[in-house]
Amino acid sequence: MRYLPLTEADRRSMLATIGVPSVDSLFRDVPESARLAAPIEGLAPHAGEMEVERMIAGMAAKNVAAGSVPSFLGAGAYRHHVPAAVDHLIQRGEFLTSYTPYQPEVTQGTLQYLFEFQTQVALITGMDVANASLYDGATSCAEAVMMANRVTRRSRAVLSGGLHPHYRDVTATNARFHGFEVVAAPADAEGKEDLAALVDDKTSCVVVQNPGFFGQVRDLTDLAAAVHAKGALLIVAVAEVVSLGLLTPPGEMGADIVVAEGQSIGNALNFGGPYVGLFATRDKYVRHMPGRLTGQTVDAEGRRGWVLTLSTREQHIRREKATSNICTNSGLCALAFTIHMSLLGEEGFGRLARINHAKAVQLADRLDALKGVEVVSDSFFNEFAVRLKKPAAKVVNKLAKAGILGGVPVSRLYPGDEALADLLLVAATETNTDADMDALASGLKEALS
Amino acid sequence: MNTQGRKTHVDALGVEGGGAASAAAGTISGNRALMLEEPLIFEQDSPGTTGVDLPKPPAVKSRLGAVRERGRIGLPGLSEPEVIRHYTRLSQKNFAIDSGLYPLGSCTMKHNPRLNEKLARLPGFSDIHPLQPERTVQGALELIDTLAHWLKTLTGMPAVAMSPAAGAHGELCGMMSIRAAIEDRDGSTSRRRRVLVPESAHGTNPATAAACGFTVDAIPADATGRVDVEALKAKLGDDVAAIMLTNPNTCGLFERDIVEIAEAVHAAGAYFYCDGANFNAIVGRVRPADLGIDAMHINLHKTFSTPHGGGGPGSGPVVLSDALAKFVPLPYVVHGPDGFSLVESGADEDSSGKEFGRLKGFHGQMGMFVRALAYILSHGADGLRQVASDAVLNANYVMASLGDVMTPSFEGPCMHEALFDDRFLKGTGVTTLDFAKAMIDEGYHPMTMYFPLVVHGAFLIEPTETESKQSLDAFIRVMRGLAERAKSGDADHFLGAPRMTPRRRLDETGAARKPVLRWVPEVERREAAE
Repeated sequence: MRYLPLTEADRRSMLATIGVPSVDSLFRDVPESARLAAPIEGLAPHAGEMEVERMIAGMAAKNVAAGSVPSFLGAGAYRHHVPAAVDHLIQRGEFLTSYTPYQPEVTQGTLQYLFEFQTQVALITGMDVANASLYDGATSCAEAVMMANRVTRRSRAVLSGGLHPHYRDVTATNARFHGFEVVAAPADAEGKEDLAALVDDKTSCVVVQNPGFFGQVRDLTDLAAAVHAKGALLIVAVAEVVSLGLLTPPGEMGADIVVAEGQSIGNALNFGGPYVGLFATRDKYVRHMPGRLTGQTVDAEGRRGWVLTLSTREQHIRREKATSNICTNSGLCALAFTIHMSLLGEEGFGRLARINHAKAVQLADRLDALKGVEVVSDSFFNEFAVRLKKPAAKVVNKLAKAGILGGVPVSRLYPGDEALADLLLVAATETNTDADMDALASGLKEALS
Repeated sequence: MNTQGRKTHVDALGVEGGGAASAAAGTISGNRALMLEEPLIFEQDSPGTTGVDLPKPPAVKSRLGAVRERGRIGLPGLSEPEVIRHYTRLSQKNFAIDSGLYPLGSCTMKHNPRLNEKLARLPGFSDIHPLQPERTVQGALELIDTLAHWLKTLTGMPAVAMSPAAGAHGELCGMMSIRAAIEDRDGSTSRRRRVLVPESAHGTNPATAAACGFTVDAIPADATGRVDVEALKAKLGDDVAAIMLTNPNTCGLFERDIVEIAEAVHAAGAYFYCDGANFNAIVGRVRPADLGIDAMHINLHKTFSTPHGGGGPGSGPVVLSDALAKFVPLPYVVHGPDGFSLVESGADEDSSGKEFGRLKGFHGQMGMFVRALAYILSHGADGLRQVASDAVLNANYVMASLGDVMTPSFEGPCMHEALFDDRFLKGTGVTTLDFAKAMIDEGYHPMTMYFPLVVHGAFLIEPTETESKQSLDAFIRVMRGLAERAKSGDADHFLGAPRMTPRRRLDETGAARKPVLRWVPEVERREAAE
């Protein structure tokens, strides 16, 4: 038990200082019936570093790492190259093992990187202000809807059929318990929905994803105007944040709140978490915003410094009246995002986005030429939907047997919807080589024959 | 650079601007040897520079439809060495558990083993996609199932929901579970709307209850720092959905009457939610199921030591009693004859039909699961019991060693944290905040201050089980010294603290009054002013 420094002699001497005969007597407030006399049965005893490593590495070895095979998976989680410097820096103990910066004099490091993170998020989304991150894109989306309800004092949210199904589900779960209405448009694989028609005078917000779940990218300017004309807010969700290196940002299209999944920048796939939820809005809504905020100030000597601020919105002061019950963020993932974004810079972020788009265009052209495959998305960034002549889930399983992670069958996220069973989502990033694309094309040909 | 209109260091030194307020550094740069002044990343822009080598994008015909390409974003350009220096310097301005004792009560800042970091980074965990075919992620599902087994066994509970992303998210999950169970049992929750929450609860408890559509009713504490059982019983009725209790509570005490409370709550037809933030005080020695609890979240970062990275990520699985076991969020892992699989929707054949939907994208905080399981296996059933014993022993040792110079709020024994209040500072002119700032100059991160609210000027000290006796003795010596200094009339020492930090006390009121939440380029700020 190498992490526990007390020796038996220490324990004896400390018990003497306290004036009790044994540690057991320190547990005397526990009802006798609930006190355990010995270690709990059914669990293993402690193991050394070598054994633990062997056990857990054994489990890791049973998984197929996406980077070890041609991989085209997306649908809200993307495999990008993360520069080595990112992981090195976030593993510095002063970052890794620090807590929430409650004492600003000794946490200026954390506070400054959060301020930089907030600025980067505001810049790439085209918004005024951002918070210091939430759990992930899906929870940011639900929080945005609840914020729109507070701002507009209305309680009906309209969700696009091109919004990620998880974002829809998480929002619907919160709606059920928090007590607001959700109108979810049907899955919109072709990009034809008319969201403005669903907005009425009870609608607090419209949530639309760009690029959409099925790939389409759209200009939301007209939608924003229509939504605003009815007194509602436009929330734009971005599931692939790299797209913001190339596309007109939601802020320039009239969004009131932008939420995004930041995993693509700085963070590994991690089987779905931890990820980092981005959240940005207009200046006028700052005091309605959920989550943690870092603000600039001066110290007693007039020097610039940073503190956590506007905490009067938060749970520890407002309790049941708080804007949200969230009391943590994704600090370390936000740090990874910030470092990766700093390495990319203006030049690199734009270039990364262009490479992603170009790779996807190459792949789409390649797949469109195959018999039994039709590209459905008429526009896209780095991910698009294709219609196969067989159920996509079966094809994906066949490809996996051949050592190819060939994309996400839409049925995985829309189970039971027969109309979507033939759709496959395929994503390409800068990590995909020509050889990967060859493998997918020939694998698909084989699986569809 | 001085793009924020702040005083430059040169100003501050009086070399240029005569700012006599501070000549603290006495250097031209404002740097103090290893403590370097560091501008924002945006103030280090070399346009056109980048820290990554990316190939030229292949030439293709754009498929962006009607969307225009964006113009300039405003991100700075830096090379890799510049970025590494910047973030290394920032790191040096942080206190961390790796730097020293971090006695932040209720936050449980214990040692973060690096083995756990190594294992979480194995490509078999870090480089797997959440929507890969299940056959290709059997080891990941096995790890989640193994961790779930430990959490259930350690708590004695039959079920666990793994997906919540943090402790407060776990609270939300548990209260949703309770509400779904009541709706299932009674047809609706229209009658049971009230949730009882002690005054000493974490601020997230009432916020969570409200987020679940409940109204909150506070229960007072009694003179011993525990829930007033009679007051609680008087508030119970058929309009109460649940009680949310923290045990061990935020005063650092075990709720002695917890079994009686649970029985009364159940007799009233309500459920018992326990905030498990302090589970590390009892792990291996008490099973929450034996106390009558229906739902409890476990902060993996606290009890099982996943690093907190400046405030997250966390992970907050929720254990559930038989009554609540079916009312869980999606997705979850099941084990069948063909191996492990995920129940991702109510349409799944393994679904109970009682699940209440998703709480987050994908399956949970996998990276945290790996770290927590590594910590658990390293300790084993025997070691985890020792974790609780040592955490409690260390806290009581601090309590006993400081009890004569500071004022313990309640009679002991305490659990894993020791609560003092500011009575010992009466008449000195020194506040809890001043005392905390003086601790910083001594090389310690302060304890949690002014919480719990039930005592005035609280000092909540949590040493954790990973501190040695030598480390505690050094801390005790400093705390005694400061207490004696305050009592000796040297208030100035405290009011001016901290003096040795990269920044002195910061103006928090000003920050909130005119919030500056992002950097704005000089040009834009000038334009805005005109």
